[in-house]
Amino acid sequence: MNNLLSYYLLVGAFLFSIGIAMVIVKRNVIMVLMGIELMMNAVNINLVAFGRNDPNIQGQMFALFVIVVAVCEAVIALALVLKVFEHFKTINLDKINELKG
Amino acid sequence: MLNIILIAFCILTVGSALWVLWTKNVLHAAFALLLTFLGVAALYVMAGADFLGITQILVYVGGILVLLIFGIMLTNQAGNKEGGKNMILTENLNRFWGILIAGGFFGLLFYTFTQAGFQEVEQQHFGEISNHSSTIQITGIQLMTDYVLPFEIVGVLLMIALVGASFLASKNE
Repeated sequence: MNNLLSYYLLVGAFLFSIGIAMVIVKRNVIMVLMGIELMMNAVNINLVAFGRNDPNIQGQMFALFVIVVAVCEAVIALALVLKVFEHFKTINLDKINELKG
Repeated sequence: MLNIILIAFCILTVGSALWVLWTKNVLHAAFALLLTFLGVAALYVMAGADFLGITQILVYVGGILVLLIFGIMLTNQAGNKEGGKNMILTENLNRFWGILIAGGFFGLLFYTFTQAGFQEVEQQHFGEISNHSSTIQITGIQLMTDYVLPFEIVGVLLMIALVGASFLASKNE
């Protein structure tokens, strides 16, 4: 039972790294959003793992609020993506370069 | 026995996350993300956070993933219809730098975890798992006492986000 914490930390670090790689590599806006969701999940795993034996469950409460903020972010981002698609007719990040000098 | 189940769920989570990173088909990535969220929910339950696990399934699988699939469907760039298939593919760029930065960050985190000795800290502060009861009651009590201000603020934030999203996505000028 003693080294259960290390599994959680490793999975969290792995999910966070995969999220970073997706944000850098993928050129589709929806895939970048998926990467951001993966990073938020990694942070939540760490919060829950460290608050595992806390009788006041502070870590779980914080993870709950992180989930709500993640929902807000996803909703706003998808509304923006719909508007961007309506305007540019593409959601490839390299082709949305009207402000590029 | 518990260790084996935990390792199985870890492998499920990590493997499906790697599939999300590897695949080029956006819909396949969405369905692999479903497996990742389910694995994370199982990890929550095994850490004693049953309410959070159910919240994860309800919110992520039932809400965010459906929203992402709606986004994929509504922004379908007519697909590429070669060979009778209509696949929505994503383009990969900067593959070398992405793998390098992600691998470097993972190495940094791994080095920190091996050097910091978090397990001793955790044992000193909290000891072994003492209660195996449900966390629903203590969650409700905490939400209505210590965390009532963040609870209300997060409710207002959610309402603002929903109103703003429906305003942004509306067609009329």
